[in-house]
Amino acid sequence: MSELEPPYLYPDYVGTRLRAPAKPLINLPEGFNDFPAPLFPRTVADLDHDLTRQHAGEPIGERIIVTGRVLDSDGRPLRKTIVEVWQANAAGRYLDQDDQHPAPLDPNFTGAGRCLTDAEGRYRFITIKPGAYPWKNHRNAWRPAHIHFSLFGSEFRSRLVTQMYFPGDPLMPRDPILQSIPDQAGRDRLVSQFDPETTVPEWALAYRWDIVLRGRAATPFEDEQ
Amino acid sequence: MSGPLTPSQTVGPFFGVGLPFEKGEQLAPPGSAGVMRIEGQVLDGKGEPVPDALLEIWQPGTGFGRARTDSEGAFSFTTVKPGAVPAPDGRVQAPHFNVTVFARGLLRHLVTRMYFPDETEANAADPVLNLVEPARRETLIAKHCDGVLHFDVRLQGERETVFFAI
Ligand SMILES: [Fe+2]
Repeated sequence: MSELEPPYLYPDYVGTRLRAPAKPLINLPEGFNDFPAPLFPRTVADLDHDLTRQHAGEPIGERIIVTGRVLDSDGRPLRKTIVEVWQANAAGRYLDQDDQHPAPLDPNFTGAGRCLTDAEGRYRFITIKPGAYPWKNHRNAWRPAHIHFSLFGSEFRSRLVTQMYFPGDPLMPRDPILQSIPDQAGRDRLVSQFDPETTVPEWALAYRWDIVLRGRAATPFEDEQ
Repeated sequence: MSGPLTPSQTVGPFFGVGLPFEKGEQLAPPGSAGVMRIEGQVLDGKGEPVPDALLEIWQPGTGFGRARTDSEGAFSFTTVKPGAVPAPDGRVQAPHFNVTVFARGLLRHLVTRMYFPDETEANAADPVLNLVEPARRETLIAKHCDGVLHFDVRLQGERETVFFAI
């Protein structure tokens, strides 16, 4: 499992150098991490999954649908689990006062959304394709286009914060954040696929990306308890 | 062997638009009976504040809180103290919070625990604290400080906080 996860210290990603713990993590005995995921206190409204309808007008950019399933490590769907996303606008700029990229803000785009998965573990967002953006990690460093995801799943150890990338992006091989994952197979798991079936004619391209979390989903029987 | 788990990536510096939420740091409303305030700082390997970290605290039965650090690396929560928790092996765990740390520069989140300073006996018997070499245990125990509980998270270096594998 560990070769598919990034290490804490990955010197090419300069930010890890002073933030990665230097001492080994301590292993807890069997069962000590087996307790339920947090009860997330935030509610989800009907339009929270649609990042293109949070303002008076529509955001500039390529409208896209991002959808997929959230599964446990046995491949079972995680139902009614919260998915939070945030991203840059089409110009590669975040609505964040610390974002210094000289690209325009979009008055019609905040760049944050959330939704609950359905009975099949499916999530669905409508948004615009985020732009690539520069960062100061090394000379001429650019992040590939990505959407940040945050999920809880069913157990404490299911917690995941990660990033979804877009197929064919030429910046991916040069990105130390993505390349910190040692195996190509692991990196590939963060790249969405163009989804012609979900693409809506005359309206929006679709990308599909499934997410697999540690731990086990509750069975229907357990749900009823 | 591994299933096809989705790997982790850093929360990055710009999670402010998406993750923090109003009153996320309040597991219990400030000012009511029995409510305590937890304050601390997240620090890097040079002892510099980490202004782009996000902390979550969680204890089943007590609740969930989420707070980001400010430009000084400081965060705070208000909560009630959790009770003792049964351990999977039948022993008893001292009252504590599970603390999850995300930050720019952390490719995976970190997990630690915050224990309480007024629980000397329960802490001495706690099965998890006893896994930690004595000199490092104090990094997991908050300190009383002007009516609040103080708990710093040192990501690296001298007095590095103890983190647990998940
Ligand atoms: Fe980003």
